[in-house]
Amino acid sequence: MTQFTPYSAAAGGALIGASAALLWVALGRVAGISGILGGLAGAPAGEPGWRLAFLAGLVAAPLLYVATFGAPEVLIAADPVRLAVAGLLVGFGTRLGTGCTSGHGVCGIARLSPRSIAATGIFMATATATVFLSRHVLGG
Amino acid sequence: MAALAAGLLFGLGLVVSGMVNPAKVLGFLDVAGDWDPSLAFVMAAAIPVATLGFRLGGRMQAPLCATAFAPPARRRIDARLLGGAALFGVGWGLAGFCPGPALASLSFGGWRALAFVAAMLVGMGLFRLAERGGTTGAEQPAARPG
Repeated sequence: MTQFTPYSAAAGGALIGASAALLWVALGRVAGISGILGGLAGAPAGEPGWRLAFLAGLVAAPLLYVATFGAPEVLIAADPVRLAVAGLLVGFGTRLGTGCTSGHGVCGIARLSPRSIAATGIFMATATATVFLSRHVLGG
Repeated sequence: MAALAAGLLFGLGLVVSGMVNPAKVLGFLDVAGDWDPSLAFVMAAAIPVATLGFRLGGRMQAPLCATAFAPPARRRIDARLLGGAALFGVGWGLAGFCPGPALASLSFGGWRALAFVAAMLVGMGLFRLAERGGTTGAEQPAARPG
């Protein structure tokens, strides 16, 4: 359905890797989005500053991109109910499992963390199984 | 400020790579259908670059702008880790959004991106309540306080 775009994918991946490297070398923090966001609540005083700065950059960079190159191709097909259920599972699951695609998938694997390698294997498996069920078994 | 720069790099990377497009993410996860393997290249490029950063950090006494490195404290592979990862994967597969891309697409993803992020924040809030021994999130199998 979607075009195979290995070069832009690798270029974007390198930027994500560079971001993770910078955050570690400069601040000693793992660039895990769910942890940075979830840690905002209940963070010690003075601590939230770098989290907010990182998240501001994360939200602002696409704005700059859109202003310069125009909107990227985006198709969000899910209906409101599916979006709500998916959002709840992603929010709850990433906090329980202490990480998502960035914290476990990129940083954790780069750090050779056994926890992250296990978590990445599990969420890749349940994600592909979910897509398989919804597209090929339930036909949604 | 380093954190802002890192956030900008991360957000740019998500847009350039196509991770912000749920249709592309689902195409990547749909290995039995019309598979689009592009996003494997995101990981394949991101991990070695990040590895360089972690290696470099390993040779430093302290980070450049902080007093100490703060690696994740937990070491054990337990039911919480695996259960959380499993729930996250199901949510990711349902809509094609994981936390970073969802936040990055707030500015152009319309109400759908907004709705997903709102639900995700509610999910994170439910986890906090469950951690405190609350009774919310009862439908989640792993919601017992640990």
